[in-house]
Amino acid sequence: MNPIKTFLKGGVHPEENKFSADQPIQDFPMPKQIIVPLGQCLGAPADCIVKKGDRVLTGQLIGTAKGFVSANVHSPATGTVAKVDVVMDHTGYYKPAVFIDREEQDEWAPGILVTDELITDIKLDGKQIIEKVKECGIVGMGGATFPTHIKMAVPEGKKAEYVIINAAECEPYLTCDYRLLLEKTQEFLVGVKIVMKGVGTDKGVIGIETNKMPAIELLDKTIKEHPDLYSGIEVQPLKTKYPQGGEKQIIKAITGREVPSGKLPIETGCVVVNVASTYAIYEAVQKNKPLIERIVTVTGKSVKKPSNFRCRFGVPADLLIEAAGGLPEDITDVINGGPMMGKSVSVTSFPTIKGTSGILLMTLHEAQSRRQTNCIRCGRCAKACPMGLQPFLLHKVAKLNDFDETEKNHVMDCIECGSCEFTCPANIPLLDYIRYGKAKTGAIIKARSQK
Amino acid sequence: MTNYTISGSPHVHSTENTKKIMTRVIIALVPALLVAIYYFGWDALKLTIVSIATCVLAEWLIQKFLIKGPLTINDGSAVLTGLLLAFNVPAGLPVWMMIVGGIVAIGIGKMAFGGLGKNPFNPALVGRVFMLVSFPSAMTTWPAPKPLFPIGHVADAITGPTPLGLLKEGLKADGATVESIMKMHGENGDGTFIPFLDQIFGYHGGSFGEICAIALLIGAIYLICTKVIDIWTPLSILLTVFVFTGICWLVDPTRFIAPWYHLVYGGLILGAFFMATDMVTSPMTTRGKLLFGFGIGVITVVIRLWGAYPEGVSFAILIMNAFTPLINKAFKPKVFGVVKPSKK
Repeated sequence: MNPIKTFLKGGVHPEENKFSADQPIQDFPMPKQIIVPLGQCLGAPADCIVKKGDRVLTGQLIGTAKGFVSANVHSPATGTVAKVDVVMDHTGYYKPAVFIDREEQDEWAPGILVTDELITDIKLDGKQIIEKVKECGIVGMGGATFPTHIKMAVPEGKKAEYVIINAAECEPYLTCDYRLLLEKTQEFLVGVKIVMKGVGTDKGVIGIETNKMPAIELLDKTIKEHPDLYSGIEVQPLKTKYPQGGEKQIIKAITGREVPSGKLPIETGCVVVNVASTYAIYEAVQKNKPLIERIVTVTGKSVKKPSNFRCRFGVPADLLIEAAGGLPEDITDVINGGPMMGKSVSVTSFPTIKGTSGILLMTLHEAQSRRQTNCIRCGRCAKACPMGLQPFLLHKVAKLNDFDETEKNHVMDCIECGSCEFTCPANIPLLDYIRYGKAKTGAIIKARSQK
Repeated sequence: MTNYTISGSPHVHSTENTKKIMTRVIIALVPALLVAIYYFGWDALKLTIVSIATCVLAEWLIQKFLIKGPLTINDGSAVLTGLLLAFNVPAGLPVWMMIVGGIVAIGIGKMAFGGLGKNPFNPALVGRVFMLVSFPSAMTTWPAPKPLFPIGHVADAITGPTPLGLLKEGLKADGATVESIMKMHGENGDGTFIPFLDQIFGYHGGSFGEICAIALLIGAIYLICTKVIDIWTPLSILLTVFVFTGICWLVDPTRFIAPWYHLVYGGLILGAFFMATDMVTSPMTTRGKLLFGFGIGVITVVIRLWGAYPEGVSFAILIMNAFTPLINKAFKPKVFGVVKPSKK
């Protein structure tokens, strides 16, 4: 095992609470109707190319990417389009979605290889791989849902030196990536090779926090057993510290390089891809299977059966919660994602999408906002900030609407990890104000550059 | 359809709060309080109780009738101010002076600026310095310690100066050297000039909370382990004092006492670990803390060796408190991915 590495600046260590870590992935039975949102990625929602009454096959394209930052959407089931309407999704807004009345049997769209067999031989070349990733609508499945093909397309003049697979899973509670690593180890490793080939490098590093030792050992063992297949892939244990899985933090931890402020990770010669996305890339490239399902962790302190489900997109979250033992009575907050960066939702009927890594049910005791008191200038927020910012200061100037100051103090570098607010002894909603300041400052910068 | 709470991330909290932090500092001061009671008995306990009660009551009255804001007395900060203030007075101080000090500490030192977190100066030190300049005689009359269960030799003196005061007065005489003063007041003399070991166990005159270095250090280690304070400010203060007084001592050992005495004499340990580390009034970054500590160290030594007062820790901390906003401005954390343009 390689020596443990970590990022140095800031960070916190919330309770890990990985209750579902030992629960094998279960296939989730599909309901009668599914609701597939067209906006499942960061950026523009896809254009709908089906209409009411159309029969769609599993894996058939139903929405095409619109604009540069956007991703295709495919039908997760076979059935008839009941309507194209709006649905309240995880953001709390009504967004366009395709409602599909399902047929019992899956009929796969032509060209998709339906098999569980491991295919290790990579036939496509680099360009074709990226094209396939784009076609199959693959996005960053850690939660940010940034289209993966844009990340993998190395700009001219730059060179990718490392592929870093982000298997840190530093969010408390979530175990979907961990289970995938344990149960689809070989497929995942082939996926890593595909990404390496796609971006044109022979170095791949899988960064995993040490609270997932079984996965580290299994990956190490598998790589050693098949040196011919998985050459160039290394497993790098990382210290269990939040936000180890932040893109900039994991690059710093593994390579020691810092992504320059305002620049993309490729500046450091790194392409960072999430575990679930890597597995999706394997399925896309080797089996031509578009992204229509993912592993979702349903968990919480009072949840009866914390579980990991393999779930097609469009399944309403309340069905998943039901399958995990039902909604406990003391729940006040429902989170799409993990507790540090996930978004709270007001209803449990939102459909699962590409970015739904977890559905977290939180009790009042755990999630309540506590009474805010005066800032005692302890500086813990600044100490916890992995980006070296001064959250107390950004909070203050954002509150005063002084966006010159927010910009001067690098508000745009904030990664919104929430470490500052987590650690604040005065319970000040630091990140809320910083997000506000970031949005306003971003708009000002954009307007200025357009002049 | 139930509607769940919508809030921005993060959705979990470390559950740390101001009260917990203050409580830990108070716990850390308990060993020193016990030692004070051992040496000074009821007097120390009485002044501590009066001081805490005054501070809490003053804060309550001001919040209730002047500021009309939410009551904050249960956050523990007033209790801590009261405790620290009491630690900084001689055990023989009249009760009414303690009450005046408490009112000044809370009223002028803290509430006048808007309460906890807004005060530029350490409230307990504001109270202490106010008392020192208002009641100079009472604030510098040090009752000799009378252990409840005496171990070893006991001095007969009822009151006596602190070692630092003794030294300062003594050196004014013609031909006096550190050695002659130590001999005159040492074990063969009136017993007020105490060997190093007795010094760190607290058997000497002084403000009743500052006398026992060991008890204070136990508390300080607890605070560092629970991450309430970090080592940088105290380390910087102690190192600066040690090096500065060390240089003086090397230059002229007849006029200057050895540096290790300076570390345990007076309020240096109490000031370095419990007053200068006050979060509200000290810098935030490590580099800022080092500079802050350096400043306190230098000012303390200058006052001790050449100033009018034998002791200068309180003044040094208050002066550096005033520089805290500037230090915070000058020493910001390094932002990730930002390279400072190199100076040409």
